[in-house]
Amino acid sequence: MQAAVDKAEDGGVALGRVKARQVSSKPVRWVTADHSAHPILQQEFKSPEEVTKACLSCHNEAAHQVHQTIHWTWKDPADGEGLMGKNGLTLNNFCISIHSNEPRCTSCHVGYGWKDASFDFSSEEKVDCLVCHERTGTYKKFPTKAGYPVKEATKFGKKTFVPPDYRLISASVGRPSRENCGVCHFFGGGGDAVKHGDLDSSLFNPSRDLDVHMNAEGSNFNCQRCHTTEAHFISGRTYKQPAFTERKSLIEDDLVKLISCESCHTEKPHRSGHKANDHTDKVACQTCHIPAFARVIPTKMQWDWSQAGRKKNGKPYKVKGESGKPSYDTKKGSFVWEKDVVPEYFWYNGRMDYLLLTDTIDATRVVKLNRVLGDKDDADSRITPFKVHRGKQPYDKGNSTMAVPHLFGKDQSAYWKSYDWNQAIAAGMQAAKLDYSGEYGFVETEYHYPITHMVAPAENSLQCVDCHAEQGRLATLSGFYMPGRDRQPLVDTIGWLAVAFALLGVAGHGLMRLVSGKKRE
Amino acid sequence: MTISKLYLYTRFERFWHWMQGMLILLLIVTGFEVHGVYRLLGFETAFAVHNLCAWAWLVLYAFIVFWIVTTGEWKHYVPTFSKMFEVIRYYTSGIFRGEAHPVPKSERVKHNPLQRITYLGIVSLLVPFQMVTGFIYYYYNRWPQFGWNWTLSTVAVLHTIGAFAFLVYLIVHVYMITTGHTLGSHLKAMFTGYENIAGGD
Repeated sequence: MQAAVDKAEDGGVALGRVKARQVSSKPVRWVTADHSAHPILQQEFKSPEEVTKACLSCHNEAAHQVHQTIHWTWKDPADGEGLMGKNGLTLNNFCISIHSNEPRCTSCHVGYGWKDASFDFSSEEKVDCLVCHERTGTYKKFPTKAGYPVKEATKFGKKTFVPPDYRLISASVGRPSRENCGVCHFFGGGGDAVKHGDLDSSLFNPSRDLDVHMNAEGSNFNCQRCHTTEAHFISGRTYKQPAFTERKSLIEDDLVKLISCESCHTEKPHRSGHKANDHTDKVACQTCHIPAFARVIPTKMQWDWSQAGRKKNGKPYKVKGESGKPSYDTKKGSFVWEKDVVPEYFWYNGRMDYLLLTDTIDATRVVKLNRVLGDKDDADSRITPFKVHRGKQPYDKGNSTMAVPHLFGKDQSAYWKSYDWNQAIAAGMQAAKLDYSGEYGFVETEYHYPITHMVAPAENSLQCVDCHAEQGRLATLSGFYMPGRDRQPLVDTIGWLAVAFALLGVAGHGLMRLVSGKKRE
Repeated sequence: MTISKLYLYTRFERFWHWMQGMLILLLIVTGFEVHGVYRLLGFETAFAVHNLCAWAWLVLYAFIVFWIVTTGEWKHYVPTFSKMFEVIRYYTSGIFRGEAHPVPKSERVKHNPLQRITYLGIVSLLVPFQMVTGFIYYYYNRWPQFGWNWTLSTVAVLHTIGAFAFLVYLIVHVYMITTGHTLGSHLKAMFTGYENIAGGD
């Protein structure tokens, strides 16, 4: 029946679409436990760790499982050396690095109390079960409390945080909802839409135009519909490993993990005979189907740390820009925000290469803090959309390495306290156990985010001519021939000359016939 | 001067002539849009129309070849050098002096030596060349299956060269229509099948 509907809509069978509907049709969920009835959850919890203990009394493997994942280690599980990841030696061009800034950064850690390098990663009771599993929407961690909720009502900015009702919250637990994931992932970089541009609070309740999979009137997917989980391991992108190793559809192999578009839609998702099906070997689905990111909320595109520290009347200040987002903040420098951003496109094989804090840089050029790996000749590579965030941030001039500034804290060496870069970098580098020459400068940086969320409905996808044109979206990608964009100039020149010559020839011949004819008369 | 009326072009011949003319025109217009020369129908529509025309032409071409072979019409396309020079001289000078065409059309000779060699070249070289390069171009994704390791630009460039050749041919061909007994006589003949021949008897 569904297939018949598809056929009628498409005027041809889009097998991929039909298959996608089959594999993504609403699962029948059933549970055998009512957590509100468990006696162990009927107590007055005094700390969140007590809740975790209660959880572990039944789910006795859960903490071990969580301990293995990137959500806990903040290090890439695929990297044996432990260098990749937020808790390793990679960095970004937002707040740069968590070393020495733990309390502020770790409010999104699935654990309690990671406030400095001494955090005990083997502790089971520090695992925060609630942040992912509570379903009341009332459980909130306090931004600067190293992953703890408050014990008494506390103000942060304009918001007041109240202590959680652990009993009520623990009774609500269940499979994570979009809200559970979004609470951290939509606010990466410390605020809504700051980091990603394709992940922000607009996805809590997106319109069909914004996200065709997640809108409530449509399939209303939660995150795990694609990011499938297994023993607390959640499939998705890590640093060294692609999100998925094989582009396979569920049709080919029922056991393959979801995550790629092809898993559900197959590699021929368009109606049969449509040329778009021939593009799936070279072009990622996202390229055409996510025409722009940050379509509802502006995202941060540039961050210049070198402008930080300016004061007005001796006091730090903020300036609000057009979009209602700050364009200047004494603590952080100047920003550029953009909405409805056209992505940049790169050949991408699912892997990224990350610069480490120990790597030597060339400060005369833009430093790529991560690089998109892939090549037009690589069978695994697809042209993929990216958000490129551009920054200007401190580096160690003497050692030619990137610098870790100590930003957050009440001590004098914290930049947000003293506004002294030299002290802040010295403290940050020490915390990260890195050598600092004592001399800093600012360098331009780039950070790349694959754009893969906010999939628009088919009717809003890119048109052929968006890329197949001289100044189309793929104008910067070179080394391959693309109809409509590329030509052999010599052939075209000779061709048009021949056409002009033919036109001139027949015009001249005709004119001479006309004149000679008149004469004869 | 006597004017004789000759039935030279049968119904199917006229049909395939105009169908082919329309297809060539559409293919040129859409092909150059796909090539990025201008925006007219929109890339996707231009691409779709181009492919549709290509398939249509393939089918038509098969019929044309079959027809030419089975009706004996192929005789009109056998190249000859006899009177070739006279024809060239006619078009470069005689025509301006009002001379008569050195090769008057007849039921046995529908085409002069220049037409013969041009049409033969078009039907046996240019059309197949454009079809072959076009279909190879279209099936770019299957190349690895056939073990082909060419670059798309090679095929695209060859196809473009063919397109320019067609365009040049079309310009000259359309002009040559006007060189008949009257400006419109050749054109009329391709609609009615009857050619008015001047001076013959």
